Amino acid sequence: MLTLENVSVSYDGKAAVVDVSLDLPDGEVLAVLGPSGCGKSTLLRAVAGLEPTGAGRISWDGSDLAGVPTHKRGFALMFQDGQLFTHLTVARNVGYALRLRRTPDAAKRVGELLELVGLEGYGDRLPGTLSGGERQRVALARSLAVEPRLLLLDEPLSALDAGLRERLAGELREILRAAGTTALMVTHDHEEAFTVADRLAVMQDGRVVQEGVIAEVWRAPADPDTALFLGYARVLRGDAATTVLTAAGLPGAAAVAVRRSALSVSADGALAGVVVSSRATPEQVRLVVDVAGLGEIDAVGPLDVHPGPGEGIRLAVDPTRLAVIPGA
Amino acid sequence: MRWSRPLTLAGLAVVPVLVLGLFFVLPVSGMLARGLWPHGSFEPGGVLEVLGRPRVHRVVWFTLWSASAGTLVSVLLGLPAAYALHRLDFRGRGAVRAALLVPFVLPTVVVGVAFRELLGEGGPLGFLGLDGSPVAIVAGLVFFNVSVVIRAVGAAWESLDPRPGEAAAALGARPVQVLRTVTLPALRPAIVSAASVVFLFCATAFGVVLTLGGLKYSSVETEIYLLTTNLLDLPAAAALSILQLVAVVSLLVVAGRLRAVPDPSVARAVARPRRPARGDRLVLATTALLLVLVAAPIATLVTGSLQVEGGWGLANYRALATNGTHQALLVPVTEALVTSLRTAVDATWMSLSMGLLVAVLVTRRSRTRTERRVRGALDGFFMLPLGVSAVTLGFGFLITLNHPPIDLRDSPLLVPIAQALVALPLVVRTIVPVLAGIDDRQRQAAASLGAGPLRALWTVDLPVVWKPLLAASGFAFAASLGEFGATSFLVRDEHPTVPVVIFRLLGHPGAMNYGMALAASVVLAATTAAVMFAVERLRVPSVGAF
Amino acid sequence: MSSSFRALAAKLAATLLLTVGASSCSAVGEKSADQTPSSDEVVLVTHDSFGLPKKLVRQFEAESGYTLVVHRSGDAGTLANKLVLTQGNPTGDVAFGVDNTFASRTLDADVFAPYAHSLPAGADDFALPGDDDQRLTPVDNGNVCVNVDDTWFADHDLAPPTSLDDLTDPAYEDLFVLPGAATSSTGMAFLLATVAAYGDAWPDYWADLMGNGAKLTAGWEDAYYVDFTQGGGKGERPIVLSYDSSPAFTVPKGSDTSNTSALLDTCFEQVEYAGVLEGAENVDGAEQLIDFLGSPEVQAALPESMYVFPVADGIDLPADWASYAVQPSDPYAVDPADIAAHRDDWLREWSDVTTR
Repeated sequence: MLTLENVSVSYDGKAAVVDVSLDLPDGEVLAVLGPSGCGKSTLLRAVAGLEPTGAGRISWDGSDLAGVPTHKRGFALMFQDGQLFTHLTVARNVGYALRLRRTPDAAKRVGELLELVGLEGYGDRLPGTLSGGERQRVALARSLAVEPRLLLLDEPLSALDAGLRERLAGELREILRAAGTTALMVTHDHEEAFTVADRLAVMQDGRVVQEGVIAEVWRAPADPDTALFLGYARVLRGDAATTVLTAAGLPGAAAVAVRRSALSVSADGALAGVVVSSRATPEQVRLVVDVAGLGEIDAVGPLDVHPGPGEGIRLAVDPTRLAVIPGA
Repeated sequence: MRWSRPLTLAGLAVVPVLVLGLFFVLPVSGMLARGLWPHGSFEPGGVLEVLGRPRVHRVVWFTLWSASAGTLVSVLLGLPAAYALHRLDFRGRGAVRAALLVPFVLPTVVVGVAFRELLGEGGPLGFLGLDGSPVAIVAGLVFFNVSVVIRAVGAAWESLDPRPGEAAAALGARPVQVLRTVTLPALRPAIVSAASVVFLFCATAFGVVLTLGGLKYSSVETEIYLLTTNLLDLPAAAALSILQLVAVVSLLVVAGRLRAVPDPSVARAVARPRRPARGDRLVLATTALLLVLVAAPIATLVTGSLQVEGGWGLANYRALATNGTHQALLVPVTEALVTSLRTAVDATWMSLSMGLLVAVLVTRRSRTRTERRVRGALDGFFMLPLGVSAVTLGFGFLITLNHPPIDLRDSPLLVPIAQALVALPLVVRTIVPVLAGIDDRQRQAAASLGAGPLRALWTVDLPVVWKPLLAASGFAFAASLGEFGATSFLVRDEHPTVPVVIFRLLGHPGAMNYGMALAASVVLAATTAAVMFAVERLRVPSVGAF
Repeated sequence: MSSSFRALAAKLAATLLLTVGASSCSAVGEKSADQTPSSDEVVLVTHDSFGLPKKLVRQFEAESGYTLVVHRSGDAGTLANKLVLTQGNPTGDVAFGVDNTFASRTLDADVFAPYAHSLPAGADDFALPGDDDQRLTPVDNGNVCVNVDDTWFADHDLAPPTSLDDLTDPAYEDLFVLPGAATSSTGMAFLLATVAAYGDAWPDYWADLMGNGAKLTAGWEDAYYVDFTQGGGKGERPIVLSYDSSPAFTVPKGSDTSNTSALLDTCFEQVEYAGVLEGAENVDGAEQLIDFLGSPEVQAALPESMYVFPVADGIDLPADWASYAVQPSDPYAVDPADIAAHRDDWLREWSDVTTR
């Protein structure tokens, strides 16, 4: 189990990570989510032993890791762009750590790992001949080869295009589950975090502002910024918040975060508004609707209903797609 | 953890810093101290008085403008040649590249004689009346240094991403505009480094100025030589040495600023050399001109070496196995060649191992501003040997390394060590850009997979750096083969190197000795060309950004 | 300064540098081997032009019981300055090659220890004026003289010059080439000849000389080989500054006359000395070597090995020398103390005159 207690890291005199405490039990996948520059990568590098901690303690199963160099921590680190050794074949990349440890039957193990990441038969190719997705899979297999105590993933999928990212995120989760790997992933993509992780820590300006089981964090963001970062479309306050909450049949609150799909076209919806614009996507129709008391707001409709601008419609509010923000 | 980085830094630095401290800083400061404390007490007044002399002003002015002119012409001629030899593909490209490097190692004594044979009153170019003129000096400087520009800029050009240029062309830029707005700015770091190294070489050139200037011109370097060896006016020599050091340090600082570090994590597309097209005629013509400029003095040497008693023959070459007429030499030239090669091997591994340490040291990513400053300062520190006169160093050895346990004045190791110090900046400048281009995260990836620092070096750095390392060793080897200034001071009598032997042959009357000197020069040039050509055959992709 | 310390330090430095294994063809291993400390060595510090036949070296080693180690570097000036800088802690036991133009500087700096030498007959004439406690022993002498290419003058129906004054005669315009005084000891000797000849008016002479198209080069080899018509290259100047012995080297095969001759009224005499260094480890060896340099064998070998004349009387010269190398009877001379006192000023003024 990885434990971080009041960890602070400064880089070139500037505080990058401030007073972070986290626990990561064996077998779990924790995602650290935050905008770029929030200190999440520095945190990951501190865990890897690549940055010295200014204060606090990083420990594994209770033993302090200070002074243990990177290569003796047994934590494999997988970079955003894989960082494969370009002069080595795929098989030699994957088997790199096995050779370091003089593991017997390394070739067999490499084969299994390549199969695990869906790249059987790629062993003799050079990294330069692979696509971005394939390279990331090789990097993953290489990291898993040593059966690390902890896998550190630095934005593992963000260099890939959207479709591939979505598919690979699912596969990554399957692979981590299958291998029973404990993993710490940093990402700025909340969907990636949702797909891969069990638990979530949200970082802003070097601090962890919220941490918990992923569904809980998602349902109750700690503050407006976190809500927006978790994929909520906007945060409504005051009367607007009350209007939406009332329409959803919920008690009023000072602020509420609304997902894009929280308001949907429905003949018996509680809110009435006028369509400002509409656009069909393969999944649904996306609308911008002017609702009295709310102003212009996003809404969705089924594909068979396609109201034009100026048309009056009614909108229902889905209470599961709202999050009340306490104290805002 | 907190102390391990500074400790690693110190550990890597200790050997090269000690070596440079013992064999460079100590001797040079010893000489400066003699000048500043002439009678046992600190008298900086003498130094200030020297700097006020009108002659010194003339000397400094001449040094500045001749070095600037030499640098400018080297860059102007070198750029087209760098393009032709690194971006175009034609037969004999490798041979031309190797040939253009030969001057780099020829002893200045010989080149001086060759240039004067060419430009002198009776020579084929005598009608130009250039003998003893500043034009001849600048031509000599270009002859020696243009290869540095070709190497450094050519290597950068070779690995230049062609896509921004293509994008500019797609936006309607004519080839000249592409060159001016995209290519040259991208090459600026390489051009600046090459120009600064060439400027240093030009400003500290010694033999060229003396021989080709017909004594009408004095540079800071020749002045230091005269003040030290002839007049023993150590305060004046110290004044000029300090001036030289200050100038070198400021030049290095400016060059360092101008030499922006390219983003190492960017993936580059590398263009393949293409066949020459119509538009390349001007470039190819310039390269041909340059080849002629380099070949003419060498051709003079070769024809001179083949002349025997009014006819032609190989007698001068056969005589290389003898001691010369009237016992001019203690050992035959053939034996000196063996000594030269062995010394060069030693100098090469010394400069290579030190250079590698230094390069690793200065390219590791710094975590704090202080650390970055320390690394930057070390980078400059190891360039300093370029800026100090060999005679200052030579005399410095005598007066500082003279107390047990470091009485090394007669040690045979001094020769390769001195040569290694001369070659060190070349080695460092060749390896640093390559190491700096390696993404540090590669090493971190290796470490996270369980590789220790050495293993990570082996996995990540070595595969990238071994070819540039070979190229650097070629450079070091050649620089050592041709080194004369420091070597002549330190060499052991029984084991002279070829340049020393050539100098001795030229110093004795007798037509045969003169012919042998020329023949020995040709042999030295051919050996160098062979070494360089062998290095070229390794097809180093991107080497030598100074 | 024991030599075992020296070896230790060398090894230390080697280990320091041995971060990478030396390749098998490296010279380090072998060279370290001949650094074996030895107390029966005599170390001679000298300039680049020193040379003795191997046979004589062996003879000295057999007679004295010492091994001779020679360190040569630089010219006479470099040697003198090196000795001054290492005064009291020399790099050898004995020095050879300090000449009469630099001798005073070394004496003023107490570089040499007195040695009651026994000079061979005739050598007394060459003793250094002012060296009263016999610190320097004369070994050889030679003259720097203007040389002319007699064949060229014959071809051009022109009488060759004979004196310093002639060299400023317009008849000889653009015909003279000489090494500069600042960069060449030969050139310096010629400057001293003009100082001796013209006294304080010497700068005027030089102005005339330069006005008459005299050409300066950095070194003697440059002037002789590149610019002189008899130098083997494509030189175009038939008058050159060289030595009284030079005509012996321009005798064509099968001929019995030399193509060149030295102008005996233009010469400056150079005498080279040897001396025991103050602080020498092996004083006995040093003194034996000085005696040996004065022996008839070495004196006879000097012309062939160092292109200079012996100081001893009654030495047989080589055949070519006897016929073609004529020594001046009354060369120019300048008091060594004067040279020491004025060298800087003279050179500075000379530089001004010649670059004007």
